Amino acid sequence: METTRKIIRKQSLEKLYKLLSETRKVNAPVIAADKQVEYKYNPAFADITFDHIRSTLSVKNIVFPKVENLFLYTNSKTESTITDIDLNKIPDVVLWGAHPCDTAAFDILSSIFCRDSKDEFYSRRLEKLVVIGLSCHMSDEYCFCTSVGLAPDSSKGSDILLKRLQNNDYKVDILTEKGNKIVSSSPELFEPFTGEEVIVTEVKHKFSHEQVTAKLAGAFEHPFWVANSLRCIGCGACAYVCPTCACFDIQDETRGKNGKRYRSWDSCGFGLFTLHTSGHNPREVQSQRWRQRIMHKFSYMPERNETLGCVGCGRCSSGCPVDMNIAEQLVALQNL
Amino acid sequence: MSDNIYKPYMMEIENIVEETPDVRTFRLKFKNADDAEKFSFKAGQFGEYSVFGEGESTFCVASSPTRKNYIECTFRKAGRVTNALANLEPGDTVGFRGPYGNTFPIEQWEGKNLLYIAGGIALPPMRCVIWNTIDLREKYKDITIVYGARSVSDLVYKHELKEWEERPDIKLITTVDPGGQTPDWKGEIGFVPMVLEKVAPSSENTIAILCGPPVMIKFTMPVLKKLGFQDKDIFTTLENRMKCGFGKCGRCNVGKVFVCKDGPVFSYEQILSLPAEY
Repeated sequence: METTRKIIRKQSLEKLYKLLSETRKVNAPVIAADKQVEYKYNPAFADITFDHIRSTLSVKNIVFPKVENLFLYTNSKTESTITDIDLNKIPDVVLWGAHPCDTAAFDILSSIFCRDSKDEFYSRRLEKLVVIGLSCHMSDEYCFCTSVGLAPDSSKGSDILLKRLQNNDYKVDILTEKGNKIVSSSPELFEPFTGEEVIVTEVKHKFSHEQVTAKLAGAFEHPFWVANSLRCIGCGACAYVCPTCACFDIQDETRGKNGKRYRSWDSCGFGLFTLHTSGHNPREVQSQRWRQRIMHKFSYMPERNETLGCVGCGRCSSGCPVDMNIAEQLVALQNL
Repeated sequence: MSDNIYKPYMMEIENIVEETPDVRTFRLKFKNADDAEKFSFKAGQFGEYSVFGEGESTFCVASSPTRKNYIECTFRKAGRVTNALANLEPGDTVGFRGPYGNTFPIEQWEGKNLLYIAGGIALPPMRCVIWNTIDLREKYKDITIVYGARSVSDLVYKHELKEWEERPDIKLITTVDPGGQTPDWKGEIGFVPMVLEKVAPSSENTIAILCGPPVMIKFTMPVLKKLGFQDKDIFTTLENRMKCGFGKCGRCNVGKVFVCKDGPVFSYEQILSLPAEY
């Protein structure tokens, strides 16, 4: 649909939040006791932050939970039975105030989960999700959305995008039918948009992702990977905080006769990730795993999934315990 | 099947063959007649076999699609799941998801000679295509099978080796590593590449299908090249650790290629275009 524009006053925003949280789960960012920003379901409106740069974890958990049951089973040698997970029980969720890098990640996740064979666990959650994005009026040195084809006010992935105005009211871009439904159900909360200026942060352009992708095509054997991964401790934090990392493990867990087969987030940074039972490991050292991470996001995915596997949120760098900075490495790769 | 792509078919173990002390072949039947009716696969495809409570393991379907109403798999007791599988008995339940992956292009091979070369536990992933082409025998010219194992007791499908040996329309050469022979062993003694060089099958109008441990592949390739085989006429099936089997869990890729989606069957020409990370 064509984007329509309105304005919402701060006090009406609170009313909108309350209306939404009466009937749905609303996932919104709050500042936790340790000063980290985390998303919580239905927090008090007063606790919601509108002034954060990035939450510690991304919001992918909403559509791709950290741990998710695939089915339940009873475990008897001859009479095992399987019970499906009732996907009709997946609740309506509103994602409130997520930044454009995080909302842009949904298309990337869909390029993995909805290609070829459709993953119903993911796609049903996405169908039930309405995204109210919030453009960024703050950024820091880790942000690089503008280098991966996005911007602090990108509307990608949002059904409604809020943009801060000078007086702390918000411009409302209504982008999809899902978004329109929310706005048109409470028309009294919105006012006409009359060209007020929005506040959007500036994010420095650091590298050309096209050039990085072109360079990677011939960089598989380059000494770059060893030189730039020596300090990697293989902790997997980068994948854990990443909004687009979708690799997962599948395991069984049994208690007595009953059990569940579940999937859980995994990381290509772990040595066990590719280890064969024979002991052979195609990616046996950390440099190969680091190369896989960069190659996957900036070379393999552009070719296979027709999208970059990165939104430039900077979490992998801000959260890295040994200060590996992906944007710096991508600049170096571009200039190889 | 339901919409749940992770949900396995329920299979009953109909029969178990103890191939070697640590290798078993299971014949599996669908518990649900409707599943059996709808299921079909082609030579080269694989599946995820599970013991509930232990997890899933990836093997190629080892039986031929020309043999209806069941599938077979052959595995070596090696890890958690295969050890649990090995403890099962006829009548027990296992889960099966599949078929996944691409197939051997056997239609394109019609009218050609076929040369199968396998080492050790790598015969099972080739058994499907071997039987498939044997069951369509009139479509192919000479069929030659070179199969080697460390010792006589490590040879799998011993009853079938005997059958192939006795058939006039199949040339079977078996070999065991030096020291692996028994007093009454009548086959070759030596490593697969050396035996292949000695047998020297013609590369004229011939497709070579090769599967074995990396060291066997490494020393067999130069022999095939010497015999005049072209990269596009040599096929193999790769394995990598997998979880989902359909290109989502993210661990079986070799460069941009997913073994589970683009493979497991590759021509040697394709293999040469991949980064050496398999």
